[in-house]
Amino acid sequence: MYNIVPIQETTQIEDTMLLVDVDRDACIRVTKFSEGRGVGAKLRQLGIMPGEKIIVIRKAPLGGPLLIDIQGRTVAIGRGVASKIEVERIECDSS
Amino acid sequence: MRFVLIGQPNSGKSTLFNQVAGYRAETGNFSGTTVAYMDSKVRVSGEVINLVDLPGTYTLSGSNPAERETLRYLRTHEVDVIVNIIDATHLAQGLSLTLELLELGFPVVVAVNMMDEATRVGLAIDGAQLQGILKVPVLPLVASKGRGVRRLFLTAMDAVNSNGKTQRFQYSPDIEIFIAKLSASLDGAESAFGPDAVAIKLLEFGQDMMEMVAQDAPDIPQLINQSRKKIEQMRGKDPVWVISGERHVIARNITDQVLVQGEHRLGWRDRLDDILLHPIWGYFFLVGILLLFFEVIYGIGSIFEGNLLNVFTEVENFLLNQVNGETLIGGVISGIVQGVAGGAAIVLPYLIPFLIGLGIMEDAGYLPRVAFLMDALMHRMGLHGKAIVPFILGYGCNVPAVMSARMLEDRRDRFLASALATLVPCAARLAVVFGLVAFYLGPRIALGIYLFNLFVIALTGRIISALLPEDTPGLILEVPVYRLPTIKTTLNKTWFRAKEFIIEAWPILIVGSILLALFNFYRLSEWFNLVVKPITWILGLPEEAGVPLIFGILRKELSLIMLRQALGVADFSTALTAVQMITFTVFVVFYVPCLATIAVLRRELGSRDMLVIAGITVVIALSAAMAARGIAALIF
Repeated sequence: MYNIVPIQETTQIEDTMLLVDVDRDACIRVTKFSEGRGVGAKLRQLGIMPGEKIIVIRKAPLGGPLLIDIQGRTVAIGRGVASKIEVERIECDSS
Repeated sequence: MRFVLIGQPNSGKSTLFNQVAGYRAETGNFSGTTVAYMDSKVRVSGEVINLVDLPGTYTLSGSNPAERETLRYLRTHEVDVIVNIIDATHLAQGLSLTLELLELGFPVVVAVNMMDEATRVGLAIDGAQLQGILKVPVLPLVASKGRGVRRLFLTAMDAVNSNGKTQRFQYSPDIEIFIAKLSASLDGAESAFGPDAVAIKLLEFGQDMMEMVAQDAPDIPQLINQSRKKIEQMRGKDPVWVISGERHVIARNITDQVLVQGEHRLGWRDRLDDILLHPIWGYFFLVGILLLFFEVIYGIGSIFEGNLLNVFTEVENFLLNQVNGETLIGGVISGIVQGVAGGAAIVLPYLIPFLIGLGIMEDAGYLPRVAFLMDALMHRMGLHGKAIVPFILGYGCNVPAVMSARMLEDRRDRFLASALATLVPCAARLAVVFGLVAFYLGPRIALGIYLFNLFVIALTGRIISALLPEDTPGLILEVPVYRLPTIKTTLNKTWFRAKEFIIEAWPILIVGSILLALFNFYRLSEWFNLVVKPITWILGLPEEAGVPLIFGILRKELSLIMLRQALGVADFSTALTAVQMITFTVFVVFYVPCLATIAVLRRELGSRDMLVIAGITVVIALSAAMAARGIAALIF
């Protein structure tokens, strides 16, 4: 069923990383995060789910949380949670 | 007729409730202020309506107890109409919940709240079109200013009378197949909701939602599991994700149709966060704001305390001149006067400014920002930033603080946050700190006690979390936009909270004072003092402090008011040294929370945990007071 397409010689590197490692003002898209201990449900409630675009607005110092913008809503996310969310970088003006 | 208010946290549900029902619900500019539901009777054009304010919820099937409350309520009560409040500035998110509500089959009226704020950020919403899409009445609302409230209620009544049935939105055809199949097999099973609604919830959450189905449906669980498994195979995701995700997409499509986003100008609100959440300046402002807060409370309170105490002393002397002060009548009279004076001169002067200040910080939206700033620090105590809410509420009263710990997902977190919140000096203890320490030794020392208190709380947090290893999911908290608090809401809120003291606590203070007068007259105090002697001796306090400390369990202010009476002085500085004042205050701040807090601890956590927490506080109080005694002896 799967079409095997030969990979072309490009320098396309998969830009996957963890939300916790993203710099301030970066635009990203959620790719996946682990469920468990109610975290997944909580994130979903706030509209944070795979495919959603996120902007990291600010980061608190000393291992503090991140402030993100999701659909115009501002949400604070602790580092522990942010290190379980996988994201990919996207262009900031794409929606 | 019963109207139920449902909306997401921060949508202004409680604000609306308070507008029509008088001030009864706690509101605040952070999520989860309403933890239990509020019920009130209101009159709308001659008809009496039961208005119910349910806890704010993002979805109908949330992960924490406060969120489950909504669905359970709808299932177990007669509901005539759901009034769904949506925050206009977060339309897409709000509509997700609306879509869930439309599935249930109750008449629904949608109120799009905070229209003024939406206009300010350049959002235009086509209400008529939204109404056309949802096929239920949609009304604009500015709950904070009371605009549109009357029309909303009249429309809701119409909806009840015309019994407007709602129409749910369709999921993808491949999902609808499963809904139809499950729904068909549920047909005839008794439920408050339509079979489709039950089927959808069962597909989303599986066995967890079985309580929605009558017991006599043995083949249902199997069907649910099969369907859920198939959906998961088909979509490669947990059905929970598939279904809520689809709802989300529908909500977004609707939003795209009805919402026009104008120019979003960066306002003062956006710039304010650049300062208040700045990695360095943010903390300066945090400390500065709290310092200012204390200085103002002290400034206002001490003016009143000094003058009012003089007035009451004269009143007491005047009355005692009429009768023989040595008689029982004389004792009772001074008991009454001192009880009244304690409330009016020592408690209220500090309590009122404190509550106004807390109300302003809450409504302005500063508290969630404090949670953001303090998250890293809270982790050192084995909690996360959200647990800051019980702490801050705790400064007002420990009772709502312990109740708000419900918003934490984990039982261990709830225990730890509740235990630590009972150590937070509430407004009653504020009266002791300010009435005794600040008044006689100055506001700096009072602030010192507050800082020492924070240190002890942090230390306790570390110790407890070492015993109960941390496994917290971490902070996930919505940070609302800044809002200018309205004078009306702030004053209402202050009155709502001060009333609790005036109606419930003040009479206890007066009765306590009279009892103490009786004890003194019949020389019973000596016996009580003897029982508590080990504690007063170890802390270097006068023996007479024993009875006030015992009575402090009823109400913390009582300790101070009764101490004045027990020592038989108007001016504490003539009977207590500075070190004694500090030791006494520190002990009062930490030992056994008041009766009301004990009751709520028992309700929220059970008897065992309540006793454990009470025991812990005694140990902490003794060690902290001894430490304070040592430190104070070095200073004075």
